[in-house]
Amino acid sequence: MAMRSLLSRKTLTSVLLSGPKSMGLGLTAAQSHRSLQTFTLPDLSYDYGALEPAISGEIMLLHHQKHHQTYITNYNKALEQLHDAMEKGDSSTVVKLQSAIKFNGGGHVNHSIFWKNLTPIREGGGEPPKGSLGWAIDTHFGSLEALIHKMNAEGAALQGSGWVWLGLDKELKRLVVETTANQDPLVTKGPSLVPLVGIDVWEHAYYLQYKNVRPDYLKNIWKVINWKYASEVYEKESS
Amino acid sequence: MELLATSATTTSLHYAFLPRKGLFGTPVSAGTERRCVRKVGPVKISAKFELKPPPYPTNALEPVMSEKTFEFHWGKHHRAYVDNLNKQIAGTDLDGKSLEDVVVITYNKGDPLPPFNNAAQVWNHDFFWESMKPGGGGAPSGELLQLIERDFGSFQKFSDEFKAAAATQFGSGWAWLLFKDNKLAIVKTPNAVNPLVLEGYPLLTIDVWEHAYYLDFQNRRPDYISVFMEKLVSWDAVSKRLEQAKLLV
Repeated sequence: MAMRSLLSRKTLTSVLLSGPKSMGLGLTAAQSHRSLQTFTLPDLSYDYGALEPAISGEIMLLHHQKHHQTYITNYNKALEQLHDAMEKGDSSTVVKLQSAIKFNGGGHVNHSIFWKNLTPIREGGGEPPKGSLGWAIDTHFGSLEALIHKMNAEGAALQGSGWVWLGLDKELKRLVVETTANQDPLVTKGPSLVPLVGIDVWEHAYYLQYKNVRPDYLKNIWKVINWKYASEVYEKESS
Repeated sequence: MELLATSATTTSLHYAFLPRKGLFGTPVSAGTERRCVRKVGPVKISAKFELKPPPYPTNALEPVMSEKTFEFHWGKHHRAYVDNLNKQIAGTDLDGKSLEDVVVITYNKGDPLPPFNNAAQVWNHDFFWESMKPGGGGAPSGELLQLIERDFGSFQKFSDEFKAAAATQFGSGWAWLLFKDNKLAIVKTPNAVNPLVLEGYPLLTIDVWEHAYYLDFQNRRPDYISVFMEKLVSWDAVSKRLEQAKLLV
């Protein structure tokens, strides 16, 4: 799947670089249209019910099959419209589509990370990070508990819909806690930020189970956080 | 400040939540009840906002909007906005001001201060409960219908546009029918933002925060919006608000 994403980035770049009539990169208009990548819902590596009791199977199913799928469907639609507008040189439409791309593309990006941030307890969910990430957390926040406390406070205080993140600032070489609104990806808070752990605090992420008590959801989700995955990303991005 | 008496029957009209503007355009609270507490000893007056119940029992909108939803939406979310607002403004300059004044002041011209979210959400939810009634929906009549047809072409076109605004408000927020510059208009707003801080006199709103529909409709916001239009809207309330709006023009 990573390979497919690479291809899509390359072909989109080709379309961007060549004008509607350009043959410079050997792509005809017909070829560039055929190569427009469409995105599909990534599979979870665990059953919907496997994160219980922290997150109910009912929520996982709706969250994955309905919410994330809708972001993908609308993202694909917006990208197709963008492609058409670019081919026509219709700048007004290109600009107008940016918010739909940010909403829906952001939703796809964020949720794809989120499913990997979670794992059943029997697969290591909740096990504290060891290695370099564990060390970095202790150094920057004092302890894992302190980090969790901070993320929970910021997640609970977020008004409306959004995400709370543990990120790595690649430039400053340090960990940060950030929130983003709606489906804005972490990178909108800083171009050198890489997401390590993201927690969805949109109401759809917890309402059926926790109702209005977002703090309880935040308290419990740490039991199924996949620190192994976060550590892998951290090690790769901080080398 | 004029507090209009509310009737005990579920089908009567409640004027309590009509935003009113005084002679010079400053909002005058005709809304959320306030209790003035005078303490014995050194004189201290504090005015606390109270959670006002919807103008119908919490099961009155079943099966369209469940009692369970009301238990949480009114009983927890709305109540928390009231309680947290009171905590935030106690002993500050805002203490003693009307709810509308607190909303406008804390909006701070687009750079909101901490109490804004709570204050605006208290107002928004009062206005929302009043925008619905048991056996609601259908279509308006009289002058309201004429204006809708004048400004939108037809009631169907208005309905489609209102539903689209509600469906496309990304994230949390509200969709509104307003009276502005002598015309009807539809706007959608994010999170707690409301027409008190924009221009226009609010006539109708629908809450599209997920908590408003998730228990009954889960992800199916368009279904919730359709059912709101078909079965819940109190066109009586909207008409009365329009009458008030026209008095101020």
